[in-house]
Amino acid sequence: MHRGAPEAPFRHRHLLGIEGLSPDDINHVLDLADGYVELNRQAEKKRGLLRGRTIINCFFENSTRTRTSFEVAGKRLGGDVINMSVSASSMVKGETLIDTAMTLNAMHPDVLVVRHPESGAVHLLSEKVDCAVVNAGDGSHEHPTQALLDALTIRRRKGRLGGLTVAICGDVLHSRVARSNIALLNTMGARVRVVAPRTLLPAEIERLGVEVFHDMARGLAGVDIVMMLRLQSERMHGSFVPSTREYFHFFGLDYDKLRLAKPDALIMHPGPMNRGVEIGSEVADDIDRSLIRHQVEMGVAVRMACLEILTRDLGNGPPVP
Amino acid sequence: MGAKRDHAVNRLIFRRARLLDPASGLDATGDLLVEGERIAAVGGDLSAAARDAATVDAEGLCLMPGLVDMRVQLREPGAEHMESIESGGRAAAAGGVTTMVALPNTEPPVDDVSVVEFLARRAREVKLAKVHTYAAATKGLEGRELTEMGLLAANGALGFTDGVKAVADALVMRRVLAYARSFDLLVLQHPEEPSLAGAGEVSEGEIATRLGLAAITPAAEIIMVERDLRLVEITGARYHVAHVSTAAAIAAIRQAKVRGLPVTCDTAPPYFALNETAIGDYRTFAKLSPPLRSEADRQAVIEGLRDGTIDAIASDHAPWDQDSKRLPFSSAAYGIVGLETVLPLSLELYHHRHLDLLGLLRLLTLNPAQILRLPVGRLAVGAPADLVLFDPDLEWLIRPDDFRSKSKNAPFDERLVRGRVERTVVDGRTIFRHDR
Repeated sequence: MHRGAPEAPFRHRHLLGIEGLSPDDINHVLDLADGYVELNRQAEKKRGLLRGRTIINCFFENSTRTRTSFEVAGKRLGGDVINMSVSASSMVKGETLIDTAMTLNAMHPDVLVVRHPESGAVHLLSEKVDCAVVNAGDGSHEHPTQALLDALTIRRRKGRLGGLTVAICGDVLHSRVARSNIALLNTMGARVRVVAPRTLLPAEIERLGVEVFHDMARGLAGVDIVMMLRLQSERMHGSFVPSTREYFHFFGLDYDKLRLAKPDALIMHPGPMNRGVEIGSEVADDIDRSLIRHQVEMGVAVRMACLEILTRDLGNGPPVP
Repeated sequence: MGAKRDHAVNRLIFRRARLLDPASGLDATGDLLVEGERIAAVGGDLSAAARDAATVDAEGLCLMPGLVDMRVQLREPGAEHMESIESGGRAAAAGGVTTMVALPNTEPPVDDVSVVEFLARRAREVKLAKVHTYAAATKGLEGRELTEMGLLAANGALGFTDGVKAVADALVMRRVLAYARSFDLLVLQHPEEPSLAGAGEVSEGEIATRLGLAAITPAAEIIMVERDLRLVEITGARYHVAHVSTAAAIAAIRQAKVRGLPVTCDTAPPYFALNETAIGDYRTFAKLSPPLRSEADRQAVIEGLRDGTIDAIASDHAPWDQDSKRLPFSSAAYGIVGLETVLPLSLELYHHRHLDLLGLLRLLTLNPAQILRLPVGRLAVGAPADLVLFDPDLEWLIRPDDFRSKSKNAPFDERLVRGRVERTVVDGRTIFRHDR
């Protein structure tokens, strides 16, 4: 087959996960997103790149932050963004995920942004539609745009991803953010640790390329980045950990524990935070150390980059599924 | 013609077949004569006896007792759009299964004599493979109160089980076993401790972790099996573990047999033909209960079949329509269809030299018949003429769209297998012939 210009990176039809992306794919998204960060800081933020394109945010699970972030991203690029909350309506009436996919597909969207409480559901839906699909979080599986925005946040502060040591702390068992971040950081050559009580770690997590710790003192020793995970309220009181008090005592991030990390270690959290459960307020609000608000800002830029990439003409050759 | 009616006994002769009978160890080329519903002669040249008999030239083919499938779900009554006695009977016929035993998890469940009678009547009307049923061990399959086990057994129930659910409560299980012992009845258990399995849907390990699916520790199987073995020690009841799938449970059953406990077990093709990697990208057709296991467990299942710890292979036929499987993984139903693939998938164990042919066929015929105390599963004069003529080497591709079953949920599509059923005979009647 004839090959002209060097292959454009990111020849994927969908963004379903970090798994399967190459370092080039990831750098391509981050480079593009870097430009959008600057755009978003200007007074005039609007671009016409997605004019005439339709983006449907299809959320089968409640989310304000992620949905808003995608909505802002789509609108800044000039696209028409429609928000659909499915949990309350059709699922109750017995409509299946595939019915919903077919219905949406018939409206000819260009991008479907999908969040679903079940692992693999977004993958299933992507097989039934003609447009690009972005996984905005599926069960405990993946949340790729979160990992990309985390990577952008880190790269802008540290100048690189490779060679850094990142500790991901807390409810790894149920966390799609953790899985996507583990995949991305490993792909980019960072060293990844997970720190959690054993009740919050899935079996054989070390096979995903992480070092496992059950104690914050050791797990945080010498790390560049401390990434805290949200503990869902239904898991706080006896089912996975005995109490929020005990959890914070041993696994919550405060200055005492942070002292063990590198002096310039930075703090991240995908939000929304449980203050006093997995993270203390004084640490979360430390403007020198905490990147939590930057993460939100990077989120819009990264999602703009993803929408741009997934809607552009792929040119010669078929897309990689 | 009318005058001769009494003498018009159906006679059928298979000529020059490779006769395979695990019960007697027979493996030789010869003829087999069927008169009426029974086998009239086995072996040697029966051409003299065969005048005015319909003749099947079976040269190059194997003739064995029909398969006895001790674990199927037929969905009748209650979900006939997924399977019925008739469609399941056709699937069985095509798969070489001449006797099958249905689980009681129908709607209504088989916890009452009237449902047992209904099933028997439907099977008589349909007249394909022989259909027997287990009855529920507890009323409504709810795990609390015993069913009328004595009456159900007297009306034909072959054993007692809560089907795809374990009898979870230890005291209830003790009473089920003790009561069953009083009537010398068989109790079958789905080996999974539900309070440990929780909402899990795949086996714990790297694949579950990568996919972000709720996991079941393989220990959920051994915990239930070991608990039950203690209860069997107390009660002395005949106890059968359905679809064993873990190395630990197989080892425990092996030891229990050494200790002389009245314990048997079966497994199903997915547990020796697949491992958890078949789940791939959330393939709901690979969602089973018990879940597909690690490669080490799959190897242990094969070893258990080899050394006789595992007594039988059942299809574990679990038909589901598309609406039950075309769903996100955690919402999808558990189970796969198996009646039409149980023989070729089992024959892989022979082709891969894990078992010799007679040893394998014993797991599909004589052994389950003996556990169930049914007079089938052997090529013996006077035995019911339940027969399968098959080519053990013929290659074909599994294509679920070609299944006779109403449901097509099989993870084996496009798998190349060897061994095809050419003809299936029940009580002397041919109920299936391969026509393509």
